[in-house]
Amino acid sequence: MSTTTQSLHTNVDASEHPIAPFLRMDRMPHIWCPTCGIGTIVKCFASALEQTKVDLDKTSIVSGIGCTGRVAGYMKLDAFHTTHGRAIPFATGLKLGRPELLVTVFSGDGDLSGIGGNHLIHAARRNIDILCILVNNFIYGMTGGQNAPTTPVSARSSTMPYGNFEHPFNLVHLAASCGAPYVARWTCLHIRRLTKTFAEALTRKGFRFIEVIAPCSTLYARLNKLGSGLDLMRFYHDNAEIKHGADTREAEIGFQDRILCGKFVDIEKPTFTELMHEHYTKTLGDRFVPMKPEGGWIHE
Amino acid sequence: MKYWRKPLDLDQVKIPKGDVYVVVERCKGCGFCVEYCPKDVLVLSEEFNRKGYHPPKVVKHGECVNCNLCEMICPDFAIFSLPSEAPAEPPKPADAEREAHLEG
Amino acid sequence: MKADPAGVLTGVHYLDGDFACGEGAMAAGCRFVAGYPITPSTEVVERISRRFPMMGGTFIQMEDELASMAAVVGAAWTGTKSMTVTSGPGFSLMMENIGLGAMMETPCVVVNVQRGGPSTGLPTMAGQADMMQARWGSHGDYEPIALSPRSPQEAFDFTIDAFNLAEQYRVPVFVMMDECVGHMTEKVVIPPAEEIEIVPRKLTEKPPGEYLPYQNNGNKVPEFARAGDGYRFHTTGLTHDERGYPEMSEECQEKNVSRLLEKIRGSADKITRFVENETDGADVVVLSYGITARVARMGIDLARKKGVKVGEIRLEVVWPFPEKRIRELSKKVKAFVVPEINYGQMVLEVERCAAGRAGAILVPHAGGGVHDPESISSAILGAVK
Repeated sequence: MSTTTQSLHTNVDASEHPIAPFLRMDRMPHIWCPTCGIGTIVKCFASALEQTKVDLDKTSIVSGIGCTGRVAGYMKLDAFHTTHGRAIPFATGLKLGRPELLVTVFSGDGDLSGIGGNHLIHAARRNIDILCILVNNFIYGMTGGQNAPTTPVSARSSTMPYGNFEHPFNLVHLAASCGAPYVARWTCLHIRRLTKTFAEALTRKGFRFIEVIAPCSTLYARLNKLGSGLDLMRFYHDNAEIKHGADTREAEIGFQDRILCGKFVDIEKPTFTELMHEHYTKTLGDRFVPMKPEGGWIHE
Repeated sequence: MKYWRKPLDLDQVKIPKGDVYVVVERCKGCGFCVEYCPKDVLVLSEEFNRKGYHPPKVVKHGECVNCNLCEMICPDFAIFSLPSEAPAEPPKPADAEREAHLEG
Repeated sequence: MKADPAGVLTGVHYLDGDFACGEGAMAAGCRFVAGYPITPSTEVVERISRRFPMMGGTFIQMEDELASMAAVVGAAWTGTKSMTVTSGPGFSLMMENIGLGAMMETPCVVVNVQRGGPSTGLPTMAGQADMMQARWGSHGDYEPIALSPRSPQEAFDFTIDAFNLAEQYRVPVFVMMDECVGHMTEKVVIPPAEEIEIVPRKLTEKPPGEYLPYQNNGNKVPEFARAGDGYRFHTTGLTHDERGYPEMSEECQEKNVSRLLEKIRGSADKITRFVENETDGADVVVLSYGITARVARMGIDLARKKGVKVGEIRLEVVWPFPEKRIRELSKKVKAFVVPEINYGQMVLEVERCAAGRAGAILVPHAGGGVHDPESISSAILGAVK
């Protein structure tokens, strides 16, 4: 092929895109808005799956309800689109029912920290061995732009029409203080670092928590007159500060304020299952029969 | 590329070359690829796809270095790059029949 | 297949209903339990948490009932039989994910050891006021299965039945106990494992690519595939098509929901189970379930001594309700007497099926105890007049 010939918007078949093996091509195109960042995060995750060469047959993905909740429906893995806020306990059941599974929770800020908040803190506390990807667009997008537990002070939403007066969560701090052994935050502009973080997290164990800031053009940006998702990406470009190992207390996000990114926590900590096995071996000795990695399926 | 100091091994370093492929009907004209291509190779074209968006087109021929940034950042899985020397088989063109169902 | 001996505590035991229920679960092959403590059901999981580590089971006490039910549904998708245990207030919390289990067609068992309600009610005392909730608790149209044991022995046996029914029909199955049976200690005979018949989780034999998660296979129960076996299936709580992909259309809703209902309704004759005696030629039939069935027996005996021809129907499977038999009987008897520890729940079903042909007389009890057999016998005598 000639080096001077460059395809002039060559109309290529969708199946040729490198992400195709990871997607349910019969459900494309997806429902996300123009300039929504979720698709970018899915691409980074797919690239990380490819790079780490994990066994895709043993990888499960669990989503809740919301725009990010639709991710499970588009990925070609064992996929579970569960009830609002319950992705984490559902994933816990999956992981404990078949310990060899690699379980990923991929859901939104309202889903995981609002209605699902209790499950988030307990899974982090117990160090359940699941990878939790939380996409934070600061709003409840799917339902029309309501205030979320992460909406910054003074931002407008459909249920806070005069601006939010509630103090939002600092999610990385929440996860870290609950005991998560791996906590990181990126925006969806940081595609390469995000992919690297996903790949690293996939090889770790325990409750790995990765918050990804994403633009929501149709609701968050529009209701706050911030332009489109591209304008929000430009904002991330100018206002994201990378500080690996920073104290998560500094990571609060104000309205159109700096966004602290990086890997904040990366420690070794026994998982729930490891603790359980260790403890029962100690107290029950030979009588202890752990569940096999293939799970508790009883058959002839 | 402008160097403030010319690297000593400049004649030995081989800059990769890439070709850009666009899945026209998937593009939603978000502009991420245009904005963040490090070589500014792309602009949004004047043409429309079936949904009324302007897909990107290459304007700086020969400048794509196959960094894959467009591929990674596109939220609609609508653009990717391949090394210029590579594929023995060029990527399949879009299926007109399949695309027809996208209409309406 | 025969039960896994690791879970079967063969022998003659003196157990309470809660413990017996736990033993039944373990005998049935349950190997995942997620629960949250709530009186009077907690002993079930306490028993399980003690014995599970010896048989490859995993018990986790979740942070609330919402999480418990979600974890139970999740674990069921790995092919592991899973169960949770609760009482009234927890049952209300679990409804959301019971609906998810019904929509995703997940086999699982939920034990409700009923107590006085509503709300916090009488935590340590009996009630039977969740019966309609078992049927209609979650939103939308779905058909669950529910059993009602009246003794610790039945708590053991019916829990095994519940797991078997859940596997056969891919639906959440309820074991509706009550505090009285749960905390009553009686002789429970647990047979050897070879004598216990269990229905194992059956997996599809189709290869990935050919398998469709929600294909109607003639009997309306789709074939199951485990997460991690390479099927890469998708399942959702949204209305979905045969591929498990959400589809928002009237046609899909009709197809999806009607199959969920037909799955149970079409097999109602095989699922319903009740014990009937002396209904031939009876003037009055007493219909009861759970602990009330034992008290009703005494009430019936008192009435029979007074010369009344009383028949008895004791429900073992409460949902689906044995409509056919009640309709038939309603043509022959004067009235049904329905004692229950609530202000009228199953009596509504009886009245509906009797359709005016026979009376449906409720003998209520607010909860906190069981009926006085006299109240039942006087209701029977009153019905005959």
